[in-house]
Amino acid sequence: MSDGSVRLHGQVVVAGNAVGAVLYATQPLSFWGGYDAASGRITDTHHSLAGETAAGTALVLPATRGSSTTTAVLLEAIRRETAPAALITRGVDAFLALACVVGQEMYGRSPVLICVCEDAFRSLADWPGVVVEEGTLTRRER
Amino acid sequence: MTGESGAARLSAFDRGLLAGEEGEAPKLAMRILARMAEVRGAESMLDIEAAHIDSTIYVGDAGLEFAERLASLGARVRVPSTLNVSGLDEFHWQEWSVPPEWAEKSARQMRAYDSMGTIPTWTCAPYQGRQTPRFGQQIAWGESNAVAFANSVIGARTERYPDLLDICCAITGRAPAVGLHLDENRLATRVLRLRGVPEELAAADDFYPVLGHLLGPFAEDDPVAIAGLPVIPEEDQLKALGAAAASSGAVALFHIPGVTPEAPTLADALGGREPVAVFDVGLEELRAARRELTTHDEGALDMVVLGSPHFSFAEFGKLAALLRERGPERALPEEGGCELVVTTSRAVRDLAERAGLLEPLHAFGGRLMVDTCVLATPMTPGTTRRLMTNSAKYAWYSPGLLGSAVAFGSLAECVESARQGRVVREPGPWD
Repeated sequence: MSDGSVRLHGQVVVAGNAVGAVLYATQPLSFWGGYDAASGRITDTHHSLAGETAAGTALVLPATRGSSTTTAVLLEAIRRETAPAALITRGVDAFLALACVVGQEMYGRSPVLICVCEDAFRSLADWPGVVVEEGTLTRRER
Repeated sequence: MTGESGAARLSAFDRGLLAGEEGEAPKLAMRILARMAEVRGAESMLDIEAAHIDSTIYVGDAGLEFAERLASLGARVRVPSTLNVSGLDEFHWQEWSVPPEWAEKSARQMRAYDSMGTIPTWTCAPYQGRQTPRFGQQIAWGESNAVAFANSVIGARTERYPDLLDICCAITGRAPAVGLHLDENRLATRVLRLRGVPEELAAADDFYPVLGHLLGPFAEDDPVAIAGLPVIPEEDQLKALGAAAASSGAVALFHIPGVTPEAPTLADALGGREPVAVFDVGLEELRAARRELTTHDEGALDMVVLGSPHFSFAEFGKLAALLRERGPERALPEEGGCELVVTTSRAVRDLAERAGLLEPLHAFGGRLMVDTCVLATPMTPGTTRRLMTNSAKYAWYSPGLLGSAVAFGSLAECVESARQGRVVREPGPWD
């Protein structure tokens, strides 16, 4: 903290580095019927982020919900390079983890996946952007 | 995060697969599974006796490439494995506006999974066929509604398996020993308590999708008990409940004291512990949830669609009775009426046909779709703007997947609305 930066720490589920604007939601999301892999947009009309473009962002969600096909949709987004750059969840989300693991098997790339505790999750709410370096999240003003 | 710590949870058999002793497909499948076991913090892997493969659904080239990679490596399943819906009604897609490129790729994905020694059931309701699992059996099932049914109504043991992982379990016969595979994680930690729900309402077919819609966000992904239900629900009502709760939430296991097999009493469902949360639900909450499932409640319809999860034999019986009772007079689609579509499996269609249950539907001019559903295949791209359904799952996903407005109603309301080509409400237990 000596440089004045605001930092949080999380558990690395799928390793890597990423920089992106923060898209924050307290509602879980199903990627099937909720994420358009062609455009990288969130399309779940029940969700607070509906209409937002999540491609290349740091998407902060408590977890996934609903369909088993969430993984196939995220893998398709990884193939098309319309996936978020980082996924940050509250607790380990096995669906997102699987899509990232298979993305690395199939295409040699995937979003970074970090799991954070409840307090860290809440404090991400007002972050405009984030730099993810392994398990360290540094606040970024866009 | 890989290496020694990950290897400890694997058996000699697992390590053999990982070393390629059984070929390239089990090696790839075990590599993914071992990584997921590590992500989940599994202490070991366990044998499964059956799988249900949701990866069959075509959503783009990535899933197809994964399926064809496994097939080209000679993948074979080690346990009986049923197949979920695909992206195509294989032999009738030309009757709809499905783009040929979509059809070609969906069919390739079907062939890839077919080639692995699977059972080509092509249904999201595999628990209503011949491959129903047994109480206590360890299985790896995909398809959110099927997971909820298998765990809750049958008492089989499965985690929520996502696409791509279900097939890895089937190819290896193994799964990480975590979550709902383990007895200690199957006790309810939350209770939804029904207050003052009249028997007549609790017996209605459109009560269960609404209850499930409320249950999803409350339960999150914890096992949940439903207390205070004044009736014993039918199988199709439990199916509708699970499908709704696994859409609005991530429910994989619910207990109903006196109904589901792991809950003789509420205390049994909770394992004698106090719940961490109790949600009191009365008529007010239920009516609000019912309204939430409808985005347009009057005027013309393009389609009435039934069968998510896939329509059962018993449901065809009820539909046939309603169609006979109300008669074949209707507004035809070309006269401003709407389509009536029922989605089901090949097996149930054939049984219903033999039993004469499809005659009233044919006489009405209704249409059947098998192998898939209206959400999973682009049957009428962009033209189904106003839809009505008795399924909370269709109601939940249609706005996002089809861009359509939705009216949710009972089976009788759906039939009457299909006759008149517009949303019709009937007096009933909700009033």
